[in-house]
Amino acid sequence: MITVLFSLISGIVFAIGLVISGMVNPQKVIGFLDITGAWDYSLAFVMLGAIGVNFFLFKYLTKRNPVCGTQHYLPTKTEIDSKLLLGSALFGIGWGLLGICPGPGIVNLITFDMTAFLFVGSMIVGMLVYKFVVKE
Amino acid sequence: METIIYPLIGGILIGLSSSTMLGGIGRITGISGILGSSLAKISRENLWRYTFLIGLLLGGLLMKIFAPQFFDYTLEASSPVVIIAGVLVGFGTRLGSGCTSGHGVCGMARMAKRSFLATITFILFGMITVFFKGVLS
Repeated sequence: MITVLFSLISGIVFAIGLVISGMVNPQKVIGFLDITGAWDYSLAFVMLGAIGVNFFLFKYLTKRNPVCGTQHYLPTKTEIDSKLLLGSALFGIGWGLLGICPGPGIVNLITFDMTAFLFVGSMIVGMLVYKFVVKE
Repeated sequence: METIIYPLIGGILIGLSSSTMLGGIGRITGISGILGSSLAKISRENLWRYTFLIGLLLGGLLMKIFAPQFFDYTLEASSPVVIIAGVLVGFGTRLGSGCTSGHGVCGMARMAKRSFLATITFILFGMITVFFKGVLS
């Protein structure tokens, strides 16, 4: 029970962070990606703030067991393959087109904007295409 | 100063959120992975994923109610562009094993080489896309 409480709180705080930071605002994101235009570098501080916190806390936390359970589920892959690079490139193109990545897409659903629903629906289709066409 | 203070506060909250997840249940807060895996099959094992996604919606709703000024923007694009963007984001993040949260926020904090390369790649291709959108419009 306490497991789901941790992930629920994590989700709530994550969404509040996305909203306050401006990551949910596609105009802001496009401004960050518009390096040859009127570049708005401010969103770089989102990553800086998040990584700054995690860099130290992750080190501390991975040295002991989580509150629930006895293991950490960390990615173990270290090789650089074409899937990693091609996938990230495709994701980057999609991100640049609309200015919305997965987390902000989900959070934007609460604005009841039809564009947000269309985006998240299409994103889910993309994920299912991967699952059924590529992975299996 | 004012322009970077909100991104910084938001970023710190995102960091605290992913550290809560790791310290609480030992999981990485990768949103594309969480969504993708929870679509795979309905099971008890996915319960923490569902509650995280519900949390995302709840957090957004709380902000919409108590701080609506943060939603002073519009999502503007033609439907075909939105669909193409969505499919590319969904497919690309699964193929590349992560998005801005998993690779950008968690992976880079763990100094994972794969995440550094992934993050550089998606930011670079995002920038190239925005550049060409500007040229073509």
